[in-house]
Amino acid sequence: MPRALDPAFRALPLDACSDAALQAARDVGATHADVRIERHLGQDLSLRDGALESRHDAVSAGLAVRVVVDGTWGFASSSTVSEQEAVRLARQAVQVARTARPLNAEPVELADEPVHAGEVWLSAYDVDPFDVPVADKTELLGGWSRDLLASPDVQHVDAVLQQVLECKHYADSAGTRTRQQRVRVQPRVTATHVGADGRFETMRTNAPPAGRGWEYLTGTGWDWEAELARLPERLAGKAAARSVEPGRYDLVLDPTNLWLTIHESVGHATELDRALGYEAAYAGTSFATLDRLGSLRYGSALMHVTGDRTAPHGLSTVGFDDEGVAAQSWDLVRDGVLVGYQLDRRMARQNAAALGTAPASARSNGCAFADSPSHVPLQRMPNVSLQPDPDGPGTEALIAGVERGIYVVGDKSWSIDMQRYNFQFTGQRFYEIRSGRLVGQLRDVAYQATTTDFWGSLDALGGPSTYLLGGAFNCGKGQPGQIAPVSHGCPAALFRGVSVLNTTAEAGR
Amino acid sequence: MSADVVEQALALSRADGCLVIVRETRRVDLRWAGNSLTTNGADASRSVTVISVVGEAVGVRSASGLDDVEALVRSSEDAAREAQPAEDAGPLVEGGADADFEAPAPPVAPDVLSTFAADLGDRFGAARGDGLRLYGYATHDVTTTWLGSSTGLRRRHSAPTGYVELTGKDGRPGGSSWVGQSTRDWLDVDVDGLDAELRRRLAWGARTVDLPGGRYETLLPPSAVADLMISAYWRMSGRDAAEGRSVFSRAGGRTRVGERLGPAGLRVWSDPRDPLLVTTPFAVTTSSSSVTSVFDNGLDLPATDWVRDGELVALLETRATARGRSAPVTPYVHNLAMDAGGTATTDEMVAGTDRGLLLTCLWYIREVDPQTLLVTGLTRDGVYLVEGGEVVGAVNNFRFNDSPVDLLSRVTEVGRSERALPREMSDYFTWSRMPTLRVPDFHMSSVSQAS
Repeated sequence: MPRALDPAFRALPLDACSDAALQAARDVGATHADVRIERHLGQDLSLRDGALESRHDAVSAGLAVRVVVDGTWGFASSSTVSEQEAVRLARQAVQVARTARPLNAEPVELADEPVHAGEVWLSAYDVDPFDVPVADKTELLGGWSRDLLASPDVQHVDAVLQQVLECKHYADSAGTRTRQQRVRVQPRVTATHVGADGRFETMRTNAPPAGRGWEYLTGTGWDWEAELARLPERLAGKAAARSVEPGRYDLVLDPTNLWLTIHESVGHATELDRALGYEAAYAGTSFATLDRLGSLRYGSALMHVTGDRTAPHGLSTVGFDDEGVAAQSWDLVRDGVLVGYQLDRRMARQNAAALGTAPASARSNGCAFADSPSHVPLQRMPNVSLQPDPDGPGTEALIAGVERGIYVVGDKSWSIDMQRYNFQFTGQRFYEIRSGRLVGQLRDVAYQATTTDFWGSLDALGGPSTYLLGGAFNCGKGQPGQIAPVSHGCPAALFRGVSVLNTTAEAGR
Repeated sequence: MSADVVEQALALSRADGCLVIVRETRRVDLRWAGNSLTTNGADASRSVTVISVVGEAVGVRSASGLDDVEALVRSSEDAAREAQPAEDAGPLVEGGADADFEAPAPPVAPDVLSTFAADLGDRFGAARGDGLRLYGYATHDVTTTWLGSSTGLRRRHSAPTGYVELTGKDGRPGGSSWVGQSTRDWLDVDVDGLDAELRRRLAWGARTVDLPGGRYETLLPPSAVADLMISAYWRMSGRDAAEGRSVFSRAGGRTRVGERLGPAGLRVWSDPRDPLLVTTPFAVTTSSSSVTSVFDNGLDLPATDWVRDGELVALLETRATARGRSAPVTPYVHNLAMDAGGTATTDEMVAGTDRGLLLTCLWYIREVDPQTLLVTGLTRDGVYLVEGGEVVGAVNNFRFNDSPVDLLSRVTEVGRSERALPREMSDYFTWSRMPTLRVPDFHMSSVSQAS
């Protein structure tokens, strides 16, 4: 079925509401106004041991008005979409701005951007998951679960499927007017082994969430059959594995693990709002401060990290951001040096000189996003991806170059400090490497490092054949809290001499 | 009127059973950084959830921003007809009507933050003069919930929730501190007092001390204890424990209920009617899981002890999970308290410390090993060295690896319990009452350079 804007979204009074709000905002003194009208469809399915435990369908719509009045932001939103409510919100947003004006010491100015009038953009998917009967979904997930439960090594299976259809209308006082629609899915299956001795282990599928439709669960973009078939044997191997000896190891990180390390140690660290301190009270700041742009040695010269909102099936991929800026891609780290940031229109203008441009020619790179009409757009993460070595080897060749090390597959626990220095990650599977070969699984592994030390230890990148777009549905930031979907592409990569902890020993046992 | 929406949806229902939940939220917020406002907003929203029961199957459908109640009811019924029987199926809760069921949602005064904002503006001015930079967030919302059922139940609850967080930085290494407070009405928020506490802590940073990772005697203040205990509370599924996949499991399909976890006198409990921690006193959920059941919607939530006199006495049980294992029904309550009768303030516990660390709060807490509930995380915005009963300087931050369940057995002193804002969980879990804990060997795994 050809992709098309959701009819229920198109049936909302989109132009009438945004026209009314923009006019009302102008009438009461706003120098800038933008309006978002959104409609989101969500469906969450949860199966426990093959039986549907929970199904929740949700639809939400709302309208948000943001204004600049006398150099100060004002924002108001509502779940009622009507012309009358649009006018009320515009006036309320102006009132909020006027109330807040005495607290604002930095007048808001926005980077000029080209006007995009009447643009429509749809993400790349084949089958709208909301067109698929729920019975088909539960049958597929239930079948996977029952197959896993047939193994004596699997005592429990939890399967979840999250699906989102996100429609957004944007209009601003400069004349930009865009409509877009995105689809994304996140399937996950977790098998649990409970031993007679009371120990238990879990193993989850490594399929990343994707900006795809139902086709993602039926063979496009991921080989579910192959992964699920090997899950019991791998789980049994983990349950029987030797506990790791803590120390320094060479690590070969599979892209199913490395994407999350990139997200935390590069993605968040290159958010300019963090570097400027806007998130200092909550998400934190960044060691990659603006004065170090162009000089900070982030990691080895192999490191080339890009930001983009254009990658096919990327979770942060859009046609236009929530300030009407067209999607684009750019460098964040090149040859191991910090060379770019994630920007919105205000920060691009406000920091033009430090970013190397004149204020009048400052441009955003399109990173404004709000997760719902209830929330104000923040600078949120684009797809932040580590580029592969065009001539790089496969994963086996990277492993072959390691005398004593660990090959880490899949993501699990993650934590990083407020300036993005000290991090600790675990994974789904850990294979011991001896003399260039995998010799069996280990358990209780966590790796811990300081960001620049870790990236400085990057010794080899896999080639394009190892590249995978990982990601998450729920990156958190801001107050009130917002979540954002984001993808991270990366190849397999080799890091030398990274500190590995034994998590059982860390627990004092 | 939201009560009318409940009645309208129930009247439209053709299912064997029906539950309707309407939530209205009004919110205002202010956010600031570097002594200047960054974002602000006002939001009004309403969501309607219809839960239809057909036989033993259930369909759940929620909508916000839409007016077609009948379409919502029908789609919920369609979902129920498509579904297989639910494992947690059971009779809907019965009962009468709350006296205020038909009352509208109370408004949020547009100027609820205005006095606070004026006081904050004054502190911005003072901070600029003193070379300090203030960061933070203030939010106030009123959420009103109506719940009605085809069995005649009519419940309503409304409560304001607000909190403020204030971070101060003086530009020196370790020169960062934080204070946070929850509030119902902002009348108890003393901006000057919060600012003074920030400045007292920043002054402790006049001397800095570098310490390596290791195990330290540590005073965990109420905010840090709240974050750690909430991490444990969210893992207290009785069903998971009985299935052998939880820190609260014992071999052979048994749980650790009845086992001593902490010192004598220690009590951990939830009570939706605690005057300091008021929260919705009946079950409200739109999905079933190991700790929630849509069939329990409207169930009255009593005060529940989880740990009594140091002993684990209950885990989270829905009616369905309890039925399967002959356990008492002990549903999830959205607040948490801990007390052991201690009377010492944090300052008094500092005075009783020969050598140890005083923390401000914790951050980025994540589960590492579910078997032990080992969690990792960071100290944040102020770690202080205590020697001879006095704070003698600010220490670098640490990454910690420790278990909130295990550390209860190592606690050597429990201070006075007081209302606490969990630094990390405040967005989702505002209401807690916690003491400062003295742990003789809290595990700081490594040093964090963050300051």
